[in-house]
Amino acid sequence: MQFEVEEFPTEYVLTGGLLVDPATRQEASGEIHVRDGRMVQVVFQGTCSAGDDVPRIDVAGQAILPGLIDVHVHFREPGHEYKEDIGSGSQAAVAGGFTTVVMMPNTEPAIDSGSIVETVLKRGRTIGLCNVHCAGALTSGRGGERLAEYYDMKNAGALALTDDGSPVVNAALMRRALEHAGMLGLVTVAHSEEKALSANGHMHEGYWSTQLGVPGIPAACEEIGVARDLLLAKETGAPLHIAHVSTRGAVDLILLAKQQWGVDVTAEAAPHHLELTDRELVGYSADFKMNPPLRGEADRQALQQAVIDGTLDMIATDHAPHAPMEKELELERAPVGVIGLETAFAVCHTALVVGKGLALVDLATRMSLAPAQRFGLEGGRLAEGQMADLAIIDLEQRWRVRPAHLKSKSRNNPFLNRILRGRVTGTICAGRRVHAATSSRETSADLVG
Amino acid sequence: MIQLPKHLLGLEGMNVHEITRILDTARSFREILDRPMKKVPTLRGRTIVNAFFEPSTRTRVSFELAQKRLSADVVNISSSGSSLSKGETLRDTVANLEAMRMDMIIVRHGMSGVPYMLAEHTNAAVINAGDGAHEHPTQGLLDLYTMRERLGDLAGRHVTILGDVAHSRVARSNIHGLRALGAHVTVCGPRTMMPKQIEDLGVTVEYDLRRAVQNADVINVLRIQFERHGTSNFPGAREYARLFAINNEVLETTRPGCFVMHPGPMNRGVEISAEVADGPRQVILQQVTNGVAVRMAVCYLFAAGAQGEADADVSATSAAVSAATM
Repeated sequence: MQFEVEEFPTEYVLTGGLLVDPATRQEASGEIHVRDGRMVQVVFQGTCSAGDDVPRIDVAGQAILPGLIDVHVHFREPGHEYKEDIGSGSQAAVAGGFTTVVMMPNTEPAIDSGSIVETVLKRGRTIGLCNVHCAGALTSGRGGERLAEYYDMKNAGALALTDDGSPVVNAALMRRALEHAGMLGLVTVAHSEEKALSANGHMHEGYWSTQLGVPGIPAACEEIGVARDLLLAKETGAPLHIAHVSTRGAVDLILLAKQQWGVDVTAEAAPHHLELTDRELVGYSADFKMNPPLRGEADRQALQQAVIDGTLDMIATDHAPHAPMEKELELERAPVGVIGLETAFAVCHTALVVGKGLALVDLATRMSLAPAQRFGLEGGRLAEGQMADLAIIDLEQRWRVRPAHLKSKSRNNPFLNRILRGRVTGTICAGRRVHAATSSRETSADLVG
Repeated sequence: MIQLPKHLLGLEGMNVHEITRILDTARSFREILDRPMKKVPTLRGRTIVNAFFEPSTRTRVSFELAQKRLSADVVNISSSGSSLSKGETLRDTVANLEAMRMDMIIVRHGMSGVPYMLAEHTNAAVINAGDGAHEHPTQGLLDLYTMRERLGDLAGRHVTILGDVAHSRVARSNIHGLRALGAHVTVCGPRTMMPKQIEDLGVTVEYDLRRAVQNADVINVLRIQFERHGTSNFPGAREYARLFAINNEVLETTRPGCFVMHPGPMNRGVEISAEVADGPRQVILQQVTNGVAVRMAVCYLFAAGAQGEADADVSATSAAVSAATM
């Protein structure tokens, strides 16, 4: 399947926009000259030297950020294409301003060999909307019993290694995984969880689980897992990345490991954990069920603070599509996971920039430069010579999240029908426009206030 | 005139007026259960489905009897598995019931929240007959009814709920109902069976049985289900009985008028001793009888709401009852 990319010049100057560059921490109006997929000139507070024959594209009133990078998405291909595939996932990504994504390997079969890595990456290139990367599995078939062939997967292009969706229960195996991955220069991404404590749980254990009568998952479940994985990273000296941090205690442990133990660790937070709490489960909608679960208000506040101060290095969506028929089951029977690519920027902008005064350049860092640096990806910079991967955003636009407008095959987004501020109006990947906001009629119906 | 919600999903959020209206209506119906002719035509032509997705004898029979006393047409669905076991989502199940034009759905399910999901997708009135560890509002109401029968106004009274609070929907409905009526609630049981932040529901937590019952007007003893929840939460029945069983020795330390309730079925010798279960200070079978009257009141009041009719008030209910039994 080949997606039509709208006719767009191969050389142009973006003019009138607010350039936000995390690498130099600049935030000023300026121009970007794009030719053959790359930025050939970036000028802050001035104009490009390109001649009059180069078309100008006016993006007045919009911010231009480096294309967003999400290191944690589930595109369900191969195996569960009814939930999402690399095509629909790519469309959702670019609709949310993401130009680079890293697929998790919990597909069917799991991405646990070089040949499957190759297949998946080739599909991403064929679709050609954004840069699709993947992580390989830590253990063969994600079975948690023996190590997969990391060198094979690295050669095929795997960026990192993880059994995301489940922890490696056996600590000795996790230790060997870190050592082998570290030797090969690959980051191990930990889904940290003590399974014995989450066995029957379906939401955060606290006041609301008590009131709703739903078996809970205590914060300690995640914190024990995080502590274990941090200690193993300390023991081995291997690079570690903690996925979807959700509790205050986990943040404290990560800070301790960074500051006191000297562990080479980074960590991510998901937009839903930054904005929502376990109170959302009132009404029992499985659109608020994910792993780790929505936590309490104190956890949410601590996560926001940790993203602001950089203890949590980056934001990643954990975009996890499930079909409506699966999410309409009883809460305790419905699968875990929510989608988030199309709302991630707006949610974080609303919560952190509008809500908490975080500098826009810092949000851009958490959503592009930081993941790029950690996983060895190009991107996160507005600079000459860089690929022209760009997100164009109307920061003032207030819009309502409509299920019908989502590009994902699934609808399990916890922000449905909410009003958010800041909308991705265009996405450029390798110089080509891969997303433009919906038609003006639809858009105006959507706009609020 | 106190307006009731469309569905009875739980006692959480209901106020004293709403609860009192149901209990007062139940009193009108309670009388006719002692008459030779126990049937009234109040719900003639109404169709009620009892959808029990979890095994139940007591509650199902109580509902069915209540509906038959009111002359409703009754259909029973029993399935121990979930709707999923037949490859059908819960939403499809309810759509089918809807298509058959049910007026009211009584639902029992092993998972919390299922009645909420049903209520979102149907025009029928949904009555929660017990969902997971969440609520069992008609049990809560019949417990309140039985307490009021003995004590009158429950404001300021002390009620102790004893046992596996974490897994108990009866406990939650009791807590919400009792708090709404102004009673003081103490919960007591093993620490391993006490859910997190239960005190934030407005109850006192006490792990010492004698302290928990010393001021009680009522002790509501919950069923302990080691067979369902395993023994990983507790060493076992023997340890439980020695710490938390209600027996004569414990009862002697309570106030003279203090009486014992149990939602059944009882584990004699575990949470309640046989001498108490059969003794003079329990009202366990009265609870069962009152349960039918309470469920008649619930079916009557909520079926009326579902039909969009003007709600009859309590005196009209009495009139209907009297007229029907003449």
